Amino acid sequence: MQPETATPVIEFRDVSYRVGDTQVLAGLNLQVARGETLVLLGRSGSGKTTTLKLVNRLVSPTTGDIRVNGASNAQMDVTRLRRGIGYVIQEVGLFPHFTVARNIGLVPKIEGWPADRIRTRVEELLQLVGLAPELAGRYPHELSGGQRQRVGVARALAADPEILLMDEPFGALDPLTRDDLQHEFLLLQQRLNKTVVFVTHDLREALRLGTRIALMEAGKLVTVLPPLEFLKSNDPWASAYVRAFGDGLESAANRGAS
Amino acid sequence: MNVIQFILQNRAQVLELTVEHLWLVGVSTVFAMLIGIPLGILIAHWPRWNKPVLGSANIIQTIPSLALFGFLLPVPWLGERADRLAILALTLYALLPIIRNTYTGIRGVDPAVVEAGRGMGLTEYQLLLQVELPLATSVILSGVRVAVVISVGLATIAAAIGAGGLGEFIFRGLAMVDDRVILAGAIPAAILALLADFGVGWLERKLRPR
Repeated sequence: MQPETATPVIEFRDVSYRVGDTQVLAGLNLQVARGETLVLLGRSGSGKTTTLKLVNRLVSPTTGDIRVNGASNAQMDVTRLRRGIGYVIQEVGLFPHFTVARNIGLVPKIEGWPADRIRTRVEELLQLVGLAPELAGRYPHELSGGQRQRVGVARALAADPEILLMDEPFGALDPLTRDDLQHEFLLLQQRLNKTVVFVTHDLREALRLGTRIALMEAGKLVTVLPPLEFLKSNDPWASAYVRAFGDGLESAANRGAS
Repeated sequence: MNVIQFILQNRAQVLELTVEHLWLVGVSTVFAMLIGIPLGILIAHWPRWNKPVLGSANIIQTIPSLALFGFLLPVPWLGERADRLAILALTLYALLPIIRNTYTGIRGVDPAVVEAGRGMGLTEYQLLLQVELPLATSVILSGVRVAVVISVGLATIAAAIGAGGLGEFIFRGLAMVDDRVILAGAIPAAILALLADFGVGWLERKLRPR
């Protein structure tokens, strides 16, 4: 962990967001340190996805400020901001008319990388996410769900962003594939040390992957705790979550901390 | 003398009128695409323009073709040459299917794909050219296909204002009460419509995203 004095990579300052009469987020203050995996945990409608999208400005706050590396992201060029942030969503959103290689290489290509550098990068990324190099020429519809999400992760990492935003990336996968991808995410994170914000409603996943867990409920941040402390927390929402997921959570948290 | 013999005997004229017909349909379709596709893109991104644009195109579609041709006749410059007038009228009729399909095609692109593209830092322009338009192409083309088939039929009526095309045979045949002359216009027109339908349909399948 970075010392407390270091500038957080992402910082939410008194952020609120409302749509019409609905207060989606209120009074959000949160910091994400370099190299940590901050998990936003909460049920549907708790505001966790909105919080994520505030970082790459897919959503703009009603009030407050989101700082990325110390500078307000509202002042930055939105295209530059987004190209420096990898974005992975549950539906993956691969371009169906592009091959795997073109999907992964799109941002580097737009950024004007030479073709051979893009090719090398695509090979490197396929290997990194555990896919065979032959898959480069395939189209998304020819891949399994797990392979697609791996390509989604590779695409997000293409231009080597410092920050990775992941919105329930493994939520639509079967339990075995999800387990594989969670495991590989941990290995990947050990090597790459990205600053990750990870949205999930699955406590088990949160305990396993997160360095800290930010629990959200009805547009408010309830508490932010490391996995093991989260399990012991007296906070009513946190303990309700722990109860709902039942026994055997200690081992999940241990794996995440190792 | 049957129809085939009549067509063969007058093949030079049949060919000339077919070429005229193709000219009317081709030019008007290109104009309709140049206007209709951007309008479709516009209303797909700014939904508040949806109703006025589609509404106007719909109203045009309800004007009887003969009335529209007659209505445009006194307009200066346009009225001077019948083919200009016919091309304008055919363009107006072709707009609706092209605008509507462009709109439908772009709105039909998977929102997750658009969001992923936007999230990774594609500009709206890059998103349109690299993602939305390629994925909407086959739907847009099926609109063009409908427009072309309608135009081939409508263009026969352009002969009523002297714009030429295969309608000349049809109107002449009607005046002469001679089926062979009518068919000498109608059969090539039908073949043109089928060929256009088949041709654009082939293109549409080829460009369909997987």
